[in-house]
Amino acid sequence: MPNIRVTVDGVRYDDQVEARNLLVHYLREQLGKVGTPIGCDTSNCGACTVLLDGLSAKSCSVLAVQADGHDITTIEGLAADGRWHPLQRAFHEHHALQCGYCTPGMILAAIDLLRENPDPSDEEIREGLEGNLCRCTGYANIVAAVRAAAAEIRAAAAAPAPRASADPVPSAAAAAPSVEATP
Amino acid sequence: MTTTPEAPNLGRAQARKEDARLLTGRTNWTDNIRLPGALHVAFVRSPLAHARITGVDYSAALELPGVVAAFSGADFADEQGSLPCAWPVTEDIVTPAHPPMAVDEVRYAGEAVACVVARDAQSAADALEAVDVDYEPLPAVLDMEAALADGADLVHADAGTNRSFLWPLTEGDVDAAFDGADVVVTRRYRQQRLIPAAMEPRAVVCRPEGDSFTLWSATQIPHVLRVMLAMTTGIPEQDIRVIAPDVGGGFGSKLQVTAEEVLALLLARRLGLPVKWTETRSEGFQTTHHGRDQIQDVSIAADADGRIRGLKVDLLADMGAYLMLVTPGVPILGALMFPGIYKMDAYSFSCTGVFTTKMPTDAYRGAGRPEATYAIERIMNELADELGMDPLELRRRNWIAHEEFPYTTIAGLTYDSGNYEAATERAVELFGYSELRAEQERRRAAGDPVQLGIGVSTFTEMCGLAPSRVLGSLRYGAGGWEHASVRMLPTGKVEVVTGSSAHGQGHETAWSQIVADRLGVPFEDIRVLHGDTQVAPRGMDTYGSRSLVVGGTAVVRACDRVVDKARAIAAHMLEAAEEDLEFSGGVFRVRGTERPSATIQEVSLAAFAAHDLPEEMEASLDSEATVDPDDFSYPHGTHLCAVEVDTETGRTRIRSYVAVDDVGTIVNPMIVEGQVHGGLAQGIAQALYEEAVYDTEGNLVTSTMADYLLPSAADLPDFTTDRTVTPSTTNPLGVKGVGEAGTIASTPAVVNAVVDALRPYGVRDVPMPCTPERVWRAVTGVQDNEGAAQ
Repeated sequence: MPNIRVTVDGVRYDDQVEARNLLVHYLREQLGKVGTPIGCDTSNCGACTVLLDGLSAKSCSVLAVQADGHDITTIEGLAADGRWHPLQRAFHEHHALQCGYCTPGMILAAIDLLRENPDPSDEEIREGLEGNLCRCTGYANIVAAVRAAAAEIRAAAAAPAPRASADPVPSAAAAAPSVEATP
Repeated sequence: MTTTPEAPNLGRAQARKEDARLLTGRTNWTDNIRLPGALHVAFVRSPLAHARITGVDYSAALELPGVVAAFSGADFADEQGSLPCAWPVTEDIVTPAHPPMAVDEVRYAGEAVACVVARDAQSAADALEAVDVDYEPLPAVLDMEAALADGADLVHADAGTNRSFLWPLTEGDVDAAFDGADVVVTRRYRQQRLIPAAMEPRAVVCRPEGDSFTLWSATQIPHVLRVMLAMTTGIPEQDIRVIAPDVGGGFGSKLQVTAEEVLALLLARRLGLPVKWTETRSEGFQTTHHGRDQIQDVSIAADADGRIRGLKVDLLADMGAYLMLVTPGVPILGALMFPGIYKMDAYSFSCTGVFTTKMPTDAYRGAGRPEATYAIERIMNELADELGMDPLELRRRNWIAHEEFPYTTIAGLTYDSGNYEAATERAVELFGYSELRAEQERRRAAGDPVQLGIGVSTFTEMCGLAPSRVLGSLRYGAGGWEHASVRMLPTGKVEVVTGSSAHGQGHETAWSQIVADRLGVPFEDIRVLHGDTQVAPRGMDTYGSRSLVVGGTAVVRACDRVVDKARAIAAHMLEAAEEDLEFSGGVFRVRGTERPSATIQEVSLAAFAAHDLPEEMEASLDSEATVDPDDFSYPHGTHLCAVEVDTETGRTRIRSYVAVDDVGTIVNPMIVEGQVHGGLAQGIAQALYEEAVYDTEGNLVTSTMADYLLPSAADLPDFTTDRTVTPSTTNPLGVKGVGEAGTIASTPAVVNAVVDALRPYGVRDVPMPCTPERVWRAVTGVQDNEGAAQ
């Protein structure tokens, strides 16, 4: 079996993988990174999207061996320095998730979208997330969340001083921040 | 929505408690569960729609690496029982046996005939090809009308017929209503077959624990599933624990007792080890139940001034190959809804359930009510066209006026409340109805190749399923109550146990809002527990927009009982009479005095310590309630849709969509909005995009996400939503339910808009989904290969 060396969510792994194994199977079965879900078998749904060297990739359409030497970020590694990513916060505040199954992929795809286009129109957001399916939200709140996160990210880039109003990351999954949204 | 000082949480756009784990990947989907020694199951499925099984040989599979066992249906014939149908809608209904793994005959492509059990999922999947099944093909039965003809090939030869049941209803003198009518409009509408496609595929894990079993499943109905597993397998109910962990959407598709769940339980018992199965998406499209699939023959009779005299509906409902949990009940849920919000003198309905060699149909978001609403709202527009009347004006002349509530409809339902005038007025204003009509006139006059169409849908639905006595009268096998218990912990925190089983709806948040106000405790101090028959032993689960209406009412009642108990202890603590205490904001005070008070948390601690309680008072504030609703609730609304239809390419683009819904009192406007959005998306998808297609051999052509058009963000419009609030009078919260509203209302709104755009071209219908090809054929009259112009 081939050997791969990858970094996943900041941790280095040196593993043997079956040559036919998909990256998503490696993440879920070998590393226990089950925060990345599988939603289809035809690369249509995008639920398993991760960042591969910062670019979004459907981890069902990448072989594990192809990830050799690369840096992978999953939804589990997205929060940094004790704070949620602006997209995680925006999805929460704008009710951009219901069952949450598509959410990891949707957020990671949106990160890549905003990297390419920091100030997208609604139409550009819709086109940019075309490869990620959601069955619950009807997408309107996802579009609103991505727009809001884009504005926050742009503002942060313009004024790099630390924000005072940042929400802390809950230390455990149970401790949800109670942010009141005013849609 | 405004909150009040007494109820600071109810009506607040509170962001959800559920989100943190979902946003950070700390989820507990069934497929995430990994148990030591677990074996993985894969199913050999029939490639034929209909065939006799003449041999199953899995000996070669057993030789493959990692394979532990293999079984055919015959190996489980003595213990697998028959998958249950809980809704035999008539006394003489034909309910064929439905073995979880086929033994003698397969009746739809994808039906399980054997399984392989291996140490890992890939080995199990690999071994499927080594299982040799011999089939003797039998004729596929695909067309409902052909299936009912004399001499038709039979799905179930033993039954002697492809007709499962005939369910009739007649109210009023239908002949008289039609005989004297100035106008009669008759149409045939097709409710195409749909695939619910929750984002999380089905999965099940079962662990044997001595004589008992814990079964995790991606299900909407852990409680119903437990009862049914016990009844199907004979394993005592007390030995089965069912857990629905995080569940990634359902939309009715996980309101089922599936072959794979039954077999996981039986395999775990036979092998003495945990077993796990997760469907692939393509497997799921073939074998997770489908929705809709009706042929609707509808006639409406009216006077020249538009007053409706009568309505006749004859349905053919495709059951698929077997009757699953509520398969036959779905069209019957719609039976009472065809008259919609309109007054009329007479109504007749019949539904014939038909067997075909396809995947069984069952509940899909709205379950019977979208089908009914589509038919009435479509034919109302056709009637308006016949009368040369604006479709909104025709509705105004026939709907129940707000001062007429409560109103008993021709179908015998008593609508408790509603204000169709207010919702319509608001929708018309937001939509710019008259401006759009003027633009439509201009574009029609100019012969614009891109025509503007305006669609109207003024809908209602029956929600809050359901009063048990009504379910009993409709021959449903269970009741419609819901249970809740509220536990005050010594530290003053609260655990709320609910029998509803959320899978994306946000019950943890909404129930916390209700309890926070009712008990006067902080929202953050409440934890909601659900979806585990050991943690929440009583429940009827989540479907039919019932959770808030019925389950929320149970939570309210349980809270009130906590307060009643606390009041007795508080009175003792404050040395006052109970009737002199008032309770507000979580504090008991002696009315009209400045005397010391007691918070509910202090009372809770006192009850825990139990050092000084009133005589005969038990040392607990914990309370529970089981609520059976007195009647249904009836959300309603007015949806308006503007489409631009390119008559040259057939492409439809939704230009604007306005939804004004009245779902009664709002607990959390953000969640309500989200439910409406998601419902709209699914209803629009039925109108424009989705259809499960079988080929002439009975193979599902749309068996992957690459072939079945689930809309993406780029395929859907933004929505303009608003609400009117007419509280329901059938429950103390005044809520009506919102999970299905958007789906029910939007499909006819969109198709009415498409047809409206094409009326100058003589088009009176476009079958769903209104694809560019179908629109183009409707405009041009060019026929397809089967001779249909549309």
